Amino acid sequence: MIDLSLLPDGGMAWLDGSGPSSHLVLSTRIRLARNLATYPFAPRSSVTQREAVLREVLAAARETVSLREALVFRLDRMESTDRQLLHERHLVSRELAGAGEGLAARPGAAVMVQARAGVMLNEEDHLRLQGLRSGFDLEATYQDVDRVDTELGQRLPFAFHPEFGYLTSCPTNVGTGLRASVLIHLPGLVLTKEITKVLQGLAQVGLTFRGLYGEGSEVVGNFFQLSNQTTLGKTEQELLDHLGKMVRQVIEYEEQAREVLVRDVPTIIEDKVWRAYGLLRYARSLTFEETMNLLSGVRLGVGLGLVDRTGLYALNKLLIHTQPAHLAVLEGVGPDDPDLNVRRARYVRALLDDEAARRGQSP
Amino acid sequence: MTRCDQCHEREAVVHLTQIAQDQVVTLHLCERCAAEKGVESAANLAKTPVGSFLASMGKGLEATAALPGMTPPGACPTCGATMADFRESGRLGCAECYRAFEGPLRDLLRRLHGSSRHLGERYAAAGTEEAIPEPGAEQLRQQLQLAIDTENFELAAELRDRLRTFGGAGD
Repeated sequence: MIDLSLLPDGGMAWLDGSGPSSHLVLSTRIRLARNLATYPFAPRSSVTQREAVLREVLAAARETVSLREALVFRLDRMESTDRQLLHERHLVSRELAGAGEGLAARPGAAVMVQARAGVMLNEEDHLRLQGLRSGFDLEATYQDVDRVDTELGQRLPFAFHPEFGYLTSCPTNVGTGLRASVLIHLPGLVLTKEITKVLQGLAQVGLTFRGLYGEGSEVVGNFFQLSNQTTLGKTEQELLDHLGKMVRQVIEYEEQAREVLVRDVPTIIEDKVWRAYGLLRYARSLTFEETMNLLSGVRLGVGLGLVDRTGLYALNKLLIHTQPAHLAVLEGVGPDDPDLNVRRARYVRALLDDEAARRGQSP
Repeated sequence: MTRCDQCHEREAVVHLTQIAQDQVVTLHLCERCAAEKGVESAANLAKTPVGSFLASMGKGLEATAALPGMTPPGACPTCGATMADFRESGRLGCAECYRAFEGPLRDLLRRLHGSSRHLGERYAAAGTEEAIPEPGAEQLRQQLQLAIDTENFELAAELRDRLRTFGGAGD
């Protein structure tokens, strides 16, 4: 079993509920795709070549400030639950984790994590440098990942084309290799049925959305990851400014939607929020998806100032800890445990009880 | 394995999130049913702009059978990847593929990103101080000639504009 407690705040610093606009934005993530010019791209690399990439990057990272104390997890040597755990913590992509039934991590698949920055190795690209912060903070997150890029770039031969920029396995990432994503909670827009319009609008200005777990994942609990679609033809700063401007716009729309809800249907909203809280606090069996949706309701209640028995950090913790692999590890059972839904409900109950007691509220 | 909501037989590989009324509904579909519904999977999306565009590019090359042990004609000299491989996987084989397939890729990049010109940070090769420069006037002139020869007038116009910034348009 891997020990995530070795990570700063167990690798959950990005969920501490701090940072700008954290009542709506959970986290800001920026990744830069980089490849070594000296090896075929990862999908075409042999096992030996993938191992060599890993070795060279690890050696270079030890000479840097931003990664010299990084923890290294070799996914190709980890059990499925542990890989799933890293994926649920948003530290590695689904592809790198080989998460899913019957899937395995590919040879040389690894992740390095130090503070708010990290590197995925032998994913679709040799290196996926990433920065991850709590709340909505594109500038600071970019600085984190840019430092890693500069330090590693001085030591490793990155593949770069005079005209096309940084070269990537998939041409959709070429140029800056930059993908910035803002994980945002938009229940107001979903409830007022404005969300479709907003998402269509974003598509028209070159942005895209994904679910809670990034590429290929579903939208659960009204969480959307908004990110830039293109990576070439604009500077890093232009890409970030554009995304930032649009996210601020979406935040404004969400705030307006919430105002409308509170003004026009206050009872319905209050009822929705407290039903969600009541179910979480007293239910005896909860599926993961139901938990996510109920947490969304309570989060909305906290944001509107209707619920004071719990805070954002507790909700973020529940968001992470009630995921299947996390719950299984916390409860010391296998991922296929038949009582996982019962265990989930018990875990949620206990945490919400503690939180209410801490805040001096009776049950 | 999640089964397809449509045929209930094959594995669902496409997860389509739709918003209907105030509900976020997710439809799980297999590749085939998704295609029938006109939905494109991530893999398909990667293939589509590549596929439709490059369908014509590699055909002549594939027809020429490669001898065993030889790099097939039109393949990347470094990794041996061909246009057919790219069309199939949507992934290039190595950094040199970008040079080997530069012409068609330039067009593809313009379709995907609206530009083929990197304007972001420039890489200073390991151990050096100087960043790799943008292509010079001579290279742009060569590209312009190629664009004109292949009747790619949109690209030619862009290249001409860029050449002007060097002070001497190549006409």
